Order: sequence, then C-alpha cells, then structure tokens
Amino acid sequence: MKAEAHGHRDEHLPLLDGFHEQYSVHLDKFDGPMDLLLHLIKKNELDICDISIAVITRQYLEFIKLMKDLNLEVAGDFLVMAATLLLIKSRQLLPLDEQEEPELEEDPRAELVRRLLEYQQYKEAGMVIGARALLGREVFVRNASEPVLAAAQSAEGPLEVSLFELVEAFRVLLQRIPLESFHDVAPGDSLSIADCINEILSLLQEQDTIQFDDLVREECTRERIIVTFLALLELSRLKLIRIFQGNGHGSIWFVPAVAADSSEVDLT
Amino acid sequence: MNSELASIIESLIFTAESALSTDRICELLNEFDREDIKAALKDTVAYYHGRGGGFELVEVAGGWQFRTRPAFHSYITRHIKTRIAKFSQSALETLAIVAYRQPITRAEVEHLRGVDCGGVLKSLLEKHLVRILGKKDIPGRPLIYGTSKEFLEIFGLKDLKSLPTLREIQALDAVPQYERQEELQLEPEKAIPTESDLPFV
Repeated sequence: MKAEAHGHRDEHLPLLDGFHEQYSVHLDKFDGPMDLLLHLIKKNELDICDISIAVITRQYLEFIKLMKDLNLEVAGDFLVMAATLLLIKSRQLLPLDEQEEPELEEDPRAELVRRLLEYQQYKEAGMVIGARALLGREVFVRNASEPVLAAAQSAEGPLEVSLFELVEAFRVLLQRIPLESFHDVAPGDSLSIADCINEILSLLQEQDTIQFDDLVREECTRERIIVTFLALLELSRLKLIRIFQGNGHGSIWFVPAVAADSSEVDLT
Repeated sequence: MNSELASIIESLIFTAESALSTDRICELLNEFDREDIKAALKDTVAYYHGRGGGFELVEVAGGWQFRTRPAFHSYITRHIKTRIAKFSQSALETLAIVAYRQPITRAEVEHLRGVDCGGVLKSLLEKHLVRILGKKDIPGRPLIYGTSKEFLEIFGLKDLKSLPTLREIQALDAVPQYERQEELQLEPEKAIPTESDLPFV
C-alpha cells in the first residue's frame, strides 16, 4: 500500500496540489490509526488529555477520504477508529442520563486518551531502542562473517524466504549495476527466461546449492539480472527449486527441490 | 590489567564463538575463585575502555564479548556486509511493546497499536528477535510472545532490566525528576550478576 501511495501521488499531483502540501507528505509515514491521530493532535497543538473530538474527527475523516481519492485501500483499522471517534462525539452530544449517577459517567474520551498515551509511550520506546548501536549495523564482533549454509541449515532448519526478501535481494543487485552503462547495439545474445532456467537447473546438477549473488556475479547487465530473477520465480512456481535464507538478512540460497525430497526418501 | 587470570579470561573471550557468560568462565576456570574472576573481568573491561581502542569488552545477553566501538561502523562496513536492514517504525513499535509488556498476546499488541500486527510479528519471529513463550490460558489459547536472546544480542543489552524504562524515555523531553521506576519481570534463570554484584564498585 505504501508503494502505491507514491505512484498514485505522482499521477494526481496537479489535481491535488492543495492536499499535497497538507497531507501527502505523510502518506507513507502513518503506521495505523493511532499514529495518524497522534499526528493530528500534534499538528493542531492540542493537549492529548483534552482533545477536541470535533476537530480531530473532521481531519481524520478528511484523511480517509483522501486515501480513497488516491485509490488507496483504506484498511479496516482506520475505519474502526473513525467509528470510535464518531461514537465518542455522539456520546458527548447526548444529554446525560439523569437517572444514572453522575460520578459513574466517565468522559467518553477517557478510553481513547489512555490508549493514545500508551501508544505514544511505545512509539517513543521503539524509536529509542531503534537508535541503539545495533550488532551488525554499528557494532561488530570478531566473527562477523556471513553465516554459511551449514549454519543456515542448523538445528532450526532453513528459513523459508518470503517473496519480499527475494525482491529485496533483487533490488540490492540492481543497485550494484553501474547506472551509466551504454547500450550495446551489436546483435547481442538476448537471453530468454527458458535459457536461464536451463542454465540454473544445470548449475544445480553440478552443485547442490547456489547463492543468489553468485548467479549474477560475472555478467552484470540489468537484462541478465532481471531474466535471472524471473527464471527463479518461475522455477519456484513450478516447485523445482526451494529458496531459503541464512540468518536474518543473510544470503539467499537455492536448492533443487527434487534432490531434497529424494534425500529424505533415502534416509527412511 | 596485569594479572595472569585476566589474561586467561581475555584469551577465552577472544576465542569464543559467541558471548561467554560469567558462569561459563567460572566453570572453565574452576581452579580460580569466582570472586577473583569477577574482579579480573571488571579490570579487563576497564582496561579496554580506558585504552579507547577500536573495540571494547562488553556484557551482552548475559555474556562477555569483544565488540567494536559504534563510532567506527562506517569504516567497518567498507569491507563487511551488514546483515541488518533498517527496522521499520512498525517493527520497532511492535518490538518495543513485546519487550516492555512481555509476556503478551498478539491481540494485546494489536489493541495497543490499533492495527493488525500479524505480519510484523511474523517477521520478528523469523528474525528470531521475538519468540513464542507458550499459550495463554484463556479461551482460544492464543500464543504469547516475548523477546529472545538474539534481541538482547542485537540491541546490545545486558539483560531486559537494562532496557531504558518507559519513565526514562518519557523524561527525555520532560524535566528530570526522581520517581519510582517500574521494573520488568525477569525470569529467575535469566538473572545474571549486575555490576553492583562485582566487588569494589
């Protein structure tokens, strides 16, 4: 959804100039309805314990409308919060039931305020722990080498890699290619996905595992990398290979799915 | 740092694959007195700290480890590929909630954040930062989550107690004042000697 936000924003740029300044900068920043509410409270310089529900609700609903205008899918969580805000406002408007004891009547905003304060606390705590010097980012240990395949296949077993990780690895690869590569007009050996699949499969017959980085190390053309990536996706769709990743954001590895299966059979 | 014991301990920590706990060091060096080992550890920490070199001896996740000083990360990353990507805001928020409120269920995390946290929790689980502690004895028997040892290692924390308290975090932009701090519940087996247990503090 976040990526979409960027795309649509560009398309609608001239139409939404007014909105653009006010809101779209933050579109990719909100992390849910609580986050959006906190932002609105801060923007209006309201006291979190004494928020004007009318102001906040109006701006909140405008924001949701904007999300719809941008064809973004408004998550249900945002709608739940909108309903909560409207409920609080309607409670405020209703006259107090005189038969009920007045001290039992809590400020309808109290529950929301409690949640907001608590959320704010953890949001800040998250920023504080995220600002720490992290192992593998700011701090390193002596054996900071990439975890090898053996480690990845340790007692915990291989981590199945998500599509997201695979796309991320692909993005990193694309970044490695120098931008100023000149187009080669010579009748190049244009590579088909089928060729690439065969190539990978024959490589997998020679060696049991391939590292994603190794597949595209020698020839670093954009086309080559994209075709390789598509071939890998196709191979995993056909269930011919299995893809997994070392610890955390380690290297992505490929193993032939068939070989893995037959070895299990051998064991039994 | 001139005692032989300190040098022995230094060699053990230097060659260890991962952080070495005080208990483990005492076990390996059973001919030495536990108190002496603690004192030697303290001397070694002070020695490396005072030296101001490229690395220090630090206590993380209940063990001792040589770690580089954060100031030099930009040089180190010139030849070592980093394993950790930047954490998203939602990942950090979720991690903070789990760290401070553990044991906690997914529904409780979602109530605090107001959004679905299934995906975030799953990726934290995959990164081994969060682990499943068990099931809660309420209808539906939901899974309960807590932080892992890797969380302490990656975030360079000695134990859960050394997380900044929520009150401290709030006080960052408020006038400092003395207040009772809430302490996190710590599992007994995780309790490890703190600095104040060491002699001559």
